[in-house]
Amino acid sequence: MSDAIEVSNLTKTFGPTIAVDHISFSVREGEIFGFLGPNGAGKTTTTRMLTGVIPPDEGTALVLGFDITRSPVLAKQGFGVVPETSNAYTDLSAWENLMLMGDLYGLPRSRSAERGSELLDTLGLLERKDQKVQAYSKGMKQRLILAMALLHEPGLLFLDEPTSGLDVQSTQMILALLRDLNRAGTTIFLTTHNMEEANRLCHRVGIIRAGKIVALDAPEKLKTAIDRVHKIEVSFDGKVPGDAIARLEGVISANQTGDKWQITAENRDAAIRSLVTFSHQNGAKIVTLNTLAPSLDDAFLRLTQGAHP
Amino acid sequence: MNPAGYAAQVRRAWAIARKDIHIYYFKGPVLIFGIFMPVFLFLAFLMGSRQLPLSFLIAGLVGMTLFFSATAVSPAIFPWEGSAKTLERLASCPITVEAIVLGDMIASTLFGIGITLITVIIGMALGLSLLHGVTLLVAILLAACCFSAIGMLLAVPPTNVPSNIMMLSSLLKFPLVFISGIFVPLEQMPSWGLALAVCSPLTYFTDLVRYSFTGSHFFGVWIDIAALGVFMVIFTAGTMYLHKRTMPKRM
Ligand SMILES: Nc1ncnc2c1ncn2[C@@H]1O[C@H](COP(=O)(O)OP(=O)(O)OP(=O)(O)O)[C@@H](O)[C@H]1O
Ligand SMILES: [Mg+2]
Repeated sequence: MSDAIEVSNLTKTFGPTIAVDHISFSVREGEIFGFLGPNGAGKTTTTRMLTGVIPPDEGTALVLGFDITRSPVLAKQGFGVVPETSNAYTDLSAWENLMLMGDLYGLPRSRSAERGSELLDTLGLLERKDQKVQAYSKGMKQRLILAMALLHEPGLLFLDEPTSGLDVQSTQMILALLRDLNRAGTTIFLTTHNMEEANRLCHRVGIIRAGKIVALDAPEKLKTAIDRVHKIEVSFDGKVPGDAIARLEGVISANQTGDKWQITAENRDAAIRSLVTFSHQNGAKIVTLNTLAPSLDDAFLRLTQGAHP
Repeated sequence: MNPAGYAAQVRRAWAIARKDIHIYYFKGPVLIFGIFMPVFLFLAFLMGSRQLPLSFLIAGLVGMTLFFSATAVSPAIFPWEGSAKTLERLASCPITVEAIVLGDMIASTLFGIGITLITVIIGMALGLSLLHGVTLLVAILLAACCFSAIGMLLAVPPTNVPSNIMMLSSLLKFPLVFISGIFVPLEQMPSWGLALAVCSPLTYFTDLVRYSFTGSHFFGVWIDIAALGVFMVIFTAGTMYLHKRTMPKRM
């Protein structure tokens, strides 16, 4: 088995709204899968169906090899969840919340205690472990919830916008932990709005819009597939004929701004090669050469606004 | 151990019960309510009806204490946890809805038993002699389970507003007390009253308590025990079935 999650035709309607509309995709074992989409696209609804919180109206989801509606307990035993809204028991301390999780996952108390201290230490909560969660800040609560999701060492982790509303420090702490976990073999299903985060963290991303998957690929591929024209920035140590640059092979247009030339290219590779030859021929050295990467933001906006397929 | 097996699920239910006791029952107001209720019931009964002997009153007192304490907190737990989103946490844990319901039932059963023992002790301190202790214990145990299932049954409507459920449950709980032979002895009831009384599990429990303290009863002891057992099984199975169906609506 190499798919941690296999979704086919998953559908959920709330009255007249089709929140999730026959989506199919799979998440491979060991990867970080980013699930992106604008507000109300159906990310949380999908996550809740995959984690067995709400039943789908149609379709199936195999999670860790178990059908989430037929064998929910066995599937749930293998994954951890960080839901969208923070939900530790505020009347209990962090420690008591963790021990409750341990009991609910059937861990022996000694193991829960060991894992609990380890996680609280990693997440910087050890000193306040006996304080009621009521008194925790948002960032602390979120870190605790992550610890609660990780107590039983799940092989698969669902996170629904784990860093929304957190400061840089908490965000970095959580992202670093996710990276470490993934390196150690944990599959991660991450819902987020943050393109930068998805770009840096995810092996593959799925983009959902109005309940339908509109793109599914590695972030780099997604970006280049969307942005078919490339931008290159180049500067030379001497004067060069501008109209000659615009006529080079692979170049669409060239504009000078300051000492730099902004070049739009159809084929990045061909354009760079001809720029190098051009600099030779004109006896001008290249001082800087930058390829301006298309951003996932651009790709996301185009996909979710429906301008591109 | 198979996480979906009965043994594992019962242990997880116990974890839920401990959580409930910690969060919902070990609260000042709840404990004060629990301890003062029997005291006030005694005072009310003693002042209100001097002509009736304590040995008759005790059955109604114990019956009401157990019924009200076992159904006091549990109907509100799902609405509370639904609005606090902790129910979503439980729903994503490897525990079945049945086990969550069982856990809530265990907590309210223990609370009911604890408070009822206070009533029994007060009664004995006031000079009542307990004739059939084992019968009383069995009766309290069975009835506590049965009433806590009723408490969970009251929580079935999938609202996340605790006050709605509390209102509804009061509306259903009080009439049940009136038809259960607590204020009017079964012997003095008209036949339609008796027809209603046999439908209430509280009737059989009250009858058993009366037997335990006075030696007299309206139905037979075994009939009472069997009736309580049957009610318990039906209510428990019913509440688990219904909660399984309504749980997704709370999310
Ligand atoms: N319990 C519910 N009852 C009714 N409608 C719902 C419910 N949950 C979600 N919806 C609707 O389903 C659609 C998808 O919502 P969902 O919460 O899955 O979006 P999302 O992608 O997670 O958005 P966000 O980025 O804002 O978290 C929305 O139109 C929402 O209004
Ligand atoms: Mg969401």
